[in-house]
Amino acid sequence: MSEAARRLDLAELGFDAGAHVLVRHALAALPEGAVLHLHGHHPDLEVHARAFARQLGHAGRTPESAERFAAATVPSGAPLRHLLQRGPATDARRATAERALGAAPDRVHEAPPAHWGLAARGALVEAGAPRFDFALRDKSVVWGDDLAAMYAAGAAAQWDPATAIAWHGKAPAPELEVALVAVLTYLIENETAALLVPARFCAQVHPHFREVLQLLALQAADEARHIEVFMRRAHLHRTDLGLSTAGGQASLHTLVVEPDFAAASFLLSVLGEGSFVHLLGFLHQHAPDDCTRQIMKLAAVDEARHVAFGMAHLRWQAAREPSLLGRLATAIERRHSALQHTAGLNDEVFDALVVLAAGGLAPAAIARGFAAVQQLQAQMDAGRRVRLQQLGFAAEQATALSALHTRNFM
Amino acid sequence: MSQPLLLGAVAYDPKVVTIWDGFQRWFAQRGLPFDYVLYTNYERQVAQHAARAIDVAWNSPLAWLQAEAIAAPRGLQARALAMRDTDQDLTTVTLVRAAAPYRSLADLRGATIGVGASDSPQATLLPLLHLAEAGVAPERDCQVRRFDVLVGKHGDHIGGEREAARALLNGTVDAACVLDANSLLFARDGTLPAGSVRVLATTPTFDHCNFTWLGTGTPPARVQRFTELLLSMSYDDPEVRPLLDLEGLRAWRPGRTSGYAALARACARFGALQPFLQQMAAS
Repeated sequence: MSEAARRLDLAELGFDAGAHVLVRHALAALPEGAVLHLHGHHPDLEVHARAFARQLGHAGRTPESAERFAAATVPSGAPLRHLLQRGPATDARRATAERALGAAPDRVHEAPPAHWGLAARGALVEAGAPRFDFALRDKSVVWGDDLAAMYAAGAAAQWDPATAIAWHGKAPAPELEVALVAVLTYLIENETAALLVPARFCAQVHPHFREVLQLLALQAADEARHIEVFMRRAHLHRTDLGLSTAGGQASLHTLVVEPDFAAASFLLSVLGEGSFVHLLGFLHQHAPDDCTRQIMKLAAVDEARHVAFGMAHLRWQAAREPSLLGRLATAIERRHSALQHTAGLNDEVFDALVVLAAGGLAPAAIARGFAAVQQLQAQMDAGRRVRLQQLGFAAEQATALSALHTRNFM
Repeated sequence: MSQPLLLGAVAYDPKVVTIWDGFQRWFAQRGLPFDYVLYTNYERQVAQHAARAIDVAWNSPLAWLQAEAIAAPRGLQARALAMRDTDQDLTTVTLVRAAAPYRSLADLRGATIGVGASDSPQATLLPLLHLAEAGVAPERDCQVRRFDVLVGKHGDHIGGEREAARALLNGTVDAACVLDANSLLFARDGTLPAGSVRVLATTPTFDHCNFTWLGTGTPPARVQRFTELLLSMSYDDPEVRPLLDLEGLRAWRPGRTSGYAALARACARFGALQPFLQQMAAS
């Protein structure tokens, strides 16, 4: 220990302006029992140093005249004012603390303990913190490959509804506007469900799995933005929204109350939002104006990210839990049973999609629109089957399960 | 079940429930049955202690003097079992605005002094004694403005000191008396901006709270065990550390009474014990 390390020159700095920061630094570098010589010009230095030392378990005293006289000179020329003896408690918090592994995604604990709580991954966690009983605390049930990159891509792709969309434009023909508002009304309640599900699970995931938390939060934020733009577009030329049906809400209810994270991710992201990517693509193609076209394109890109996260997470879990696919199949079947007596997609929305694809009410156009909606449903089904197979379902089972997916699309 | 050691404490802040609940668990794990009763003010606690309703009291320094004063006539002896390390060798500072002309306490003649609650040893009784012993008699040679926040709690609540500090800044008073540690706290939390005030005077050191035993109630061996366990609490123990942090100490120290002499003089000078003693005599 050099003599210089035992001296601290506070110059004009007082404890009323942050001197404690430098004193703490200096004490931290000293062994227990070592004495720090405090030099300074601040008139209240002694009384403040004494109070500071007492609160932190350090001893302290005013130097004797002889000690003052013999004190070394410091750069500011300040006199020796106080002697602080480092107490034992400075390192107590660190002594029993444990490192919450590392910050990098490859340094993730398989089952982080409850008392790590909200601590950043890689932080030194003081013992004695309260337990946070997050329900989702096993890596095997929340994690996935490339989550950090997925989050970064999602964060970079955020868009501002005020500037990304041309809100001014001529109103489409009344029959197209009515059809569009009916579809938007349906989309808003579906996106509300798609906001609630990740938001609910976000609060249950151990924060050690930071990337999962961030992706779920981003997903909720995406849906909040979708709700905003769908609502704003719906009110652009009309006052009233369309019909919210009991059957539609019944379908969403089964999604919102699903208690299992894997099953909810599966039903929402893989099947529901996966189908929505096709629906939004359809609406982009058949939008009656530029504003709607821009909205649908941007929303579809967001939804595709949600699907990718759901797939990544479920592939990860399926590789570690052989029974997962069986559980997911059961989830679809259970939901199908619960919804079999409901009406499914409401007529108003189905018809509105036909009218939008037709671009008008002429019989020949309606036939084209009807065919386009049929094709959309076929595309949705094909997409679901592909994703189901990517998760590990056999082709035949994927076909059967896709057919059981809610007629409400989400 | 054997009767627990029953502690009395004053509820000056909701955190005291967390503190004593935590201590209760900690003592129970070490085989000491312990319970506590909260009082709204120290006077009732001391009276109940003398009436043997509690075994040990967590007393302010003024409550210690009150307990000591009523113990002797009852054939009892007050003993200080333990105290916080942060309650030893405290000082109170008399602050003035940085640009004020005062150079010593004697200069405060004719000034208005802001103090804490009227029953606060650290923020009222001791600094006013310091002033008086410097030749400036409170109320006669200077005006005293009391910031009476939660009287009965003997200044445990720092609201009075904070109000006095604010009054100093806004010019309502010419000097404010606050505990040295609170002057640091008020600098840290922005109540007293850096460079706005300076220390005019510092009292001699004094001690603060202690666990008081009147030799009554629970068996002495249990009181001894209670004291041993307190003194064994380590800041290195993660279970007890949050409680020590809440109670504001790093270690318990054996009780001592040498740090109460100045307060005894202040009480004698200002008659601070009289109302309580008269009330006890009348009851």
